[in-house]
Amino acid sequence: MSLDKIKQAQKKWEVDNKVDKLPPAKSDMGAELPLIYTPMDIENVDYLKDLGFPGDYPFTRGVYPGMYRKNPWQMRLYSGFGTAEDTNKRWKFLLERGNNGVAVAFDLPTQIGINSDHPHAVDEVGRLGVAIDTLRDMEILYADLPVEKLISSFNINAPAGIILAMYIAIGEKQGVPSEKLAGTISNDILCEYVSRGMWVFPPSPALRLTGDLVEYCTRHLPKFYPFNIRGIIMREAGANMIQEAAFAFSNALAYIQEVTSRGLHVDDFGRRISFFFATGLQIFEEAARYRATRKLWARIMRERLGAKDPKSMLFRFTGTTGGSYYRTKEPLNNLVRGAYGLLGNILGGAQGMLHPAWDEPFAIPTEESALLALRTQQILAYETGVTNVVDPLGGSYYVETLTKQYERKIEEAIGKIDEMGGAVKAIEEGFMQKAIASEAYRMIREEKSCERVVVGMNKFVAEDEKQKKREMKFHEADPRVRERQIDRLNHVRNERDEGVVENSLDELKEKTRGKENLMPYLIKTVKAYASIEEIMEALKDTFGTFKEPLNI
Amino acid sequence: MNNKRKIRVLVTKAGLDGHDRGAKVIAMVLKDAGMEVIYTGLHQTPEEIVHTAIQEDVNVIGLSILSGAHLGISKKILEHLKKKGAQDILLVVGGTIMDRDIIKLKDMGVVEVFPMGTDIDNIVSFFLETG
Repeated sequence: MSLDKIKQAQKKWEVDNKVDKLPPAKSDMGAELPLIYTPMDIENVDYLKDLGFPGDYPFTRGVYPGMYRKNPWQMRLYSGFGTAEDTNKRWKFLLERGNNGVAVAFDLPTQIGINSDHPHAVDEVGRLGVAIDTLRDMEILYADLPVEKLISSFNINAPAGIILAMYIAIGEKQGVPSEKLAGTISNDILCEYVSRGMWVFPPSPALRLTGDLVEYCTRHLPKFYPFNIRGIIMREAGANMIQEAAFAFSNALAYIQEVTSRGLHVDDFGRRISFFFATGLQIFEEAARYRATRKLWARIMRERLGAKDPKSMLFRFTGTTGGSYYRTKEPLNNLVRGAYGLLGNILGGAQGMLHPAWDEPFAIPTEESALLALRTQQILAYETGVTNVVDPLGGSYYVETLTKQYERKIEEAIGKIDEMGGAVKAIEEGFMQKAIASEAYRMIREEKSCERVVVGMNKFVAEDEKQKKREMKFHEADPRVRERQIDRLNHVRNERDEGVVENSLDELKEKTRGKENLMPYLIKTVKAYASIEEIMEALKDTFGTFKEPLNI
Repeated sequence: MNNKRKIRVLVTKAGLDGHDRGAKVIAMVLKDAGMEVIYTGLHQTPEEIVHTAIQEDVNVIGLSILSGAHLGISKKILEHLKKKGAQDILLVVGGTIMDRDIIKLKDMGVVEVFPMGTDIDNIVSFFLETG
C-alpha cells in the first residue's frame, strides 16, 4: 500500500473519530505526543543503515548478536554497609541466592577519602556503605571470596586509584595475578562535580588520576573495566533522559581525550568503556533512548574518535530504575515501580541491572528487601519470555520515531557542551549543574500541579497510610560500627612499619609533581597499610582541592 | 508581608552527603515564594553553617541531609547557635528522616522536620509563617 493511501486513510480516521478532541499527552520531557505513529513516521528509516542487526554497526538493536538468548543480564545488587565483616556476610547471603558478582557500596568517608576517625566522619562511618580505611578492611571484605572467580564492581571516584590498588593487592594475596582480575570501577570523577559532590581534587589533576588508572588497567588488567561512566548520578539529581546521555557522553569524551593524550589509541581501551544509566518509568521512551544512545555512541567512537575495532563502539550499560522514582508514601508501591523501570531497561537492551530495593528511600535494604529486588529480576528474566527475541520493540513506528528524535537531541546537547569547550569547562562554569537543577525543579512543579502523576502521592491518595509505615521493619544501623572501625584502624597503625609507610607516601608525593603514572606508587602505599586519608593527603599536597561553583 | 523585611533563609548541606537535588529545589522554591535564599554548597561543618547564618543574618537555617547523619549534625548546629548566642535563628531539617527521628530532632530543638515526600506548599507556608 502506498504511503499516500495510508495518509488519506489516517486523515479520514482522525476526522471520523474526532481525534483532535482527545486529551493531549506529553512525553517525559514535555513534548506533545501524537495519538498514533504510522508508517509515515518511519518513512526515512533505512533498515541496514539506521538499525542493522544486533551486534552489527550501528548497534541500534543491541550490542551483541545473541543478547539475552545466550545469557540474561548480569543481576547485581549494590551492597555494602557497616564494617567489612558485615558486608562480607551480606555478600555471601546474596551470592548463595544467585547474585552475579558484587557491587560494592562504600560509605561516604571512604568515597571522599577520609579515615573513620576523621572528625567529619563521625556520623557517617559504615552508614551508606562499607567503611574502608586500609588494606586490612579489604582483606576482611574479601575473606573466603576468591577474586579469581568473583566479578566486583566498585562505585568509587575520587579515591578510585587507591581502591583499585587495594584490589590488586588482594589479588596478589590470594595468588591471583592482576591480568586475571575482572570487574569494573566507576572512576568517573566528572559526574561528582555535576552532582553528588564526592569530589576532592580540582578537575584537572582528578582527570590525570582517571587517566592513570585507565592506562594502568590497559597495560596490566586487560579484563578489568577501568571506567563505568555514570549518567545515573546526574539523572538522580534531576537530569532528564537526554541530559543524562549527553552529559555522560561529554564526560566520557573528556576521559578519552585524557587517555589518548598519553599516546594510547582509542582502540586500546575502547572496548573497556562501560556506562551506568538510570531508567525512569516511561517504558517506551526509555527503550527508545537506549537504542538512540547505542547508535550515537557507535558513531562518536567510529567517526569522531577514529575507532576501528567494532568492540570499541559498543555502548554497554548497566541500568537501574532510578531511586528518585521511589517514594516514601506507601513504599511497597516502589516494588512495582522498580519492576516497570526494569522492564524499560531490558527492552532497552541493558547488559546488567543494579535493581534498587523498595525500602531504599528510607534506609539501606534489609536482607528481605534485597532478596526481593533480586527476585524481581529473576522473574522477569525467567518467567515472562522477555529474553526470547532480541530488541522486541524494533520496528515499532513509535519507538523507531523516538529513537531517531532522541539520537538527534542527545547529539545537539553534546554539541552545546563542545561549543563551551568540553565537559570540564561546562562543569567549571556550573552549566551542567544548573541545567540539572532546573529540570529537578520542573519535575517537582509538574508533580505539584498533578501534570506528572505519582500514585498515592498526588493521585488516589490514601489517608490511613501513615499508620502502616510504622509497622514496617527497616535496616538498623549498628551504633558501634565507628568504634569497631577505629579500633581496627588503630590496630593497623600499631602493627605496620611506619618507616615503610612514610617512604611510600613521600615517594608518591614526589611522583605527583612529575608525569609518571601514579598507580604503581599507590599500590606501594596500600601494601604498606597506609590509610586512605594519608594517601589522599599526599596527593592533595600537589593537587589541591576543588572549589564548588554556587549558581542556583 | 510587604512591610516586613524579607525572610532570609540559609539552605545548607552538612557533612559528607553530596545529594543536593532537594537542597537546590527547595532553594528555588523559597526564592520563587519571595524569600532571600543563600545556598552554602556542600560539605559544610556545623561551625561553618552557624558562622554563615550569623554573618548573613538569616531567620532560618534549612538543613538538607540524606545520609542518615541528621541527629548528630543537627545537635551540633544547635549547640553552636547557643554558644554564639544566636538561638533566635531557627533550624529546620529536611531529608531521609524516619518518624522516630522526627520526634528526637524536635526534642533537641529543631523547629520543624520535612521528611522526604513532604508537599512543597507545606514547606513554603511554614517558612512564610515562621520566618
